[in-house]
Amino acid sequence: MASPTVLASDTIISANLIDYLIVALYFAVVLGIGVIARRQISDSVDFFLSGRSLPAWVTGLAFISANLGAVEIMGMSASGAQFGLPTVHYFWIGAIPAMLFLGVVMMPFYYGSKVRSVPEFMRRRFGTGAHLVNAISFAVAQLLIAGINLFLLGSIVHALLGWPLWVALIVAAAIVLSYITLGGLSAAIYNEVLQFFVIVAGLLPLTLIGLHRIGGWGGLSDKITEAAQAHPDVIPPADQQLNSWPGLPLTGFDSSLLSVIGIVFGLGFVLSFGYWTTNFVEVQRAMASNSISAARKTPIIGAFPKMFVPFITIIPGMIAAGLVTEIGQVKAGQSVPGGASGDGVAYNDALLYLMRDVLPNGLLGLAITGLLAAFMAGMAANISAFNTVLSYDLWQQYVRKDRDDHHYLVVGRVATVVATVIAIFTAGLASNFSNIMNYLQVLFGFFNAPLFATFILGMFWKRMSATAGWVGLVAGTVSAVVVAFLSEDAFGSWSTGTLPISGQGAAFVAAGVAFVVDIVLSIAVSAVTPAKPVEELRGLVYSETPREDLVDPDEAGHPWYQRTLPLAGVALVLVIILNVIF
Amino acid sequence: MSESNSSARTGRHTAGLLDIRNIIGGLVGVYGVILTLMGLFGDQESDKTGDVNANLWAGLVMIVVGVGFVTWARLRPVVVPAHHDRPQDDPA
Repeated sequence: MASPTVLASDTIISANLIDYLIVALYFAVVLGIGVIARRQISDSVDFFLSGRSLPAWVTGLAFISANLGAVEIMGMSASGAQFGLPTVHYFWIGAIPAMLFLGVVMMPFYYGSKVRSVPEFMRRRFGTGAHLVNAISFAVAQLLIAGINLFLLGSIVHALLGWPLWVALIVAAAIVLSYITLGGLSAAIYNEVLQFFVIVAGLLPLTLIGLHRIGGWGGLSDKITEAAQAHPDVIPPADQQLNSWPGLPLTGFDSSLLSVIGIVFGLGFVLSFGYWTTNFVEVQRAMASNSISAARKTPIIGAFPKMFVPFITIIPGMIAAGLVTEIGQVKAGQSVPGGASGDGVAYNDALLYLMRDVLPNGLLGLAITGLLAAFMAGMAANISAFNTVLSYDLWQQYVRKDRDDHHYLVVGRVATVVATVIAIFTAGLASNFSNIMNYLQVLFGFFNAPLFATFILGMFWKRMSATAGWVGLVAGTVSAVVVAFLSEDAFGSWSTGTLPISGQGAAFVAAGVAFVVDIVLSIAVSAVTPAKPVEELRGLVYSETPREDLVDPDEAGHPWYQRTLPLAGVALVLVIILNVIF
Repeated sequence: MSESNSSARTGRHTAGLLDIRNIIGGLVGVYGVILTLMGLFGDQESDKTGDVNANLWAGLVMIVVGVGFVTWARLRPVVVPAHHDRPQDDPA
């Protein structure tokens, strides 16, 4: 593990007593919620899914918040600083359509079949082969992602207090551990909603003051144009940074047409649908809602704030590149010592430096609180999803069947502790990757793209067999790994460079290949293996599920703004408008 | 969904303090008060903010938001019936 030796006096951010008071207040409230929530845990279903009693606006915000972690805030502002506006595709193409699809089409199957996890759905549809592959790969991915969250959390503590990174990591892990064990998912969801407001309260003033300082949108455009003209060799042209389409800086492709296809099919369809519709960390939030109607509305309500998150993450990143000397130098291709990790300034530090430069004490404390909260909750979400999958999908299924609830609750708690310890080591791994966004996109391509292919085929094609389920998953994952190997840099120095693709574009291609291979093989294997009996497919396959199982009978009586489809329509129109404007 | 809402979990705990809106309103409101005081009596650090009293303005907005959430919780309190729980108000 990297443990840079930095003296305590070298902190990037100088917080004062009031800032610490604001941070302390937040943690007092969060731990207080945990203690209160703990008294109400009755059985293990309550612990894991909060007893399905939460209203849709709460689960909707938690749905967004569970994802508004380290990767989103630091990664998106870093991409904003590096590439500019094309980063919005991660939201308007790479999230909203998939979230609407999840709510409208897929959620009834999840909620209606009363599964406790996404892998459990796999088991009921395809049997143990696909289930085991899915549960294990999901658990591993969660540990890797928890490590990234922990690494970023540790680097904030480092930036703030100047502690060595490894000390910061251990302290941060201890705090996250107490936060999870005190409350379970119910407290996690409450905290995620709370955290959403704290993040907005911290990042919105940062954006507004930053824009004011740089001279509004006009001033920002001027700065970007100036920098692009001064360093045409390393900085993409200003018009590519100031318009979302065709997004050449993001994909790394030379052709506009290929870039658009890559974004729409690779990011928009395969990667994002794979992520949002099968990622249990997200779906788990919707399962905690109080009716099938609320479960369907969860991702759709979440889509509204999600649309506007880029304005408080990407825009500050772009401002930082113009306003903050260090980030501007990094963008011009220089290497600058310092940075949150202590190993040199990186794009990932854009937000921290902007906070240092524009926020007065007070608001600074609020922004620090927002970041700490986001990373902590992000890691907590990874760990709690890991613990659900480990205790229900792996332990109960394959190791110890038929014990009482208490047994699995204890297993869940032990898994939480073990996962936290492992995350300290995966955080060390994550600290070795310079661009966390690239690393994650590659990871998602491996696991989520084939998963989505198998899911979507399995939900709509009753003929798909159990063997096809696991064969498709394995082959899809392997083919994505092969593409990553053949690309120029998806695996860093391990990649051979046979295929002329790099950066995010390579991740899009890998995901696309995984998707196609999975679909083709699944169809081929299904043709020669026996299908599952149709009577076992009720609630799992579209054609075998009665329509009334998929909708809430009460919903027709609600006003339009509480119904699933009209809400989804409004969200879709809004996101199209945003795409046209930018 | 109804079977997982055991009857033991009704009533008391959803009302009052544990209503998420009260927690949000309380925390945001207290933060608003702290920032407002900072804006009135603390160092405004105009060189950073470009001559805007950022703490004061952010604080005032947060007080309004905080009071709004608490008022919402007062006007439409959450009551969880034993059998079925209708969706609450929609933020859209």
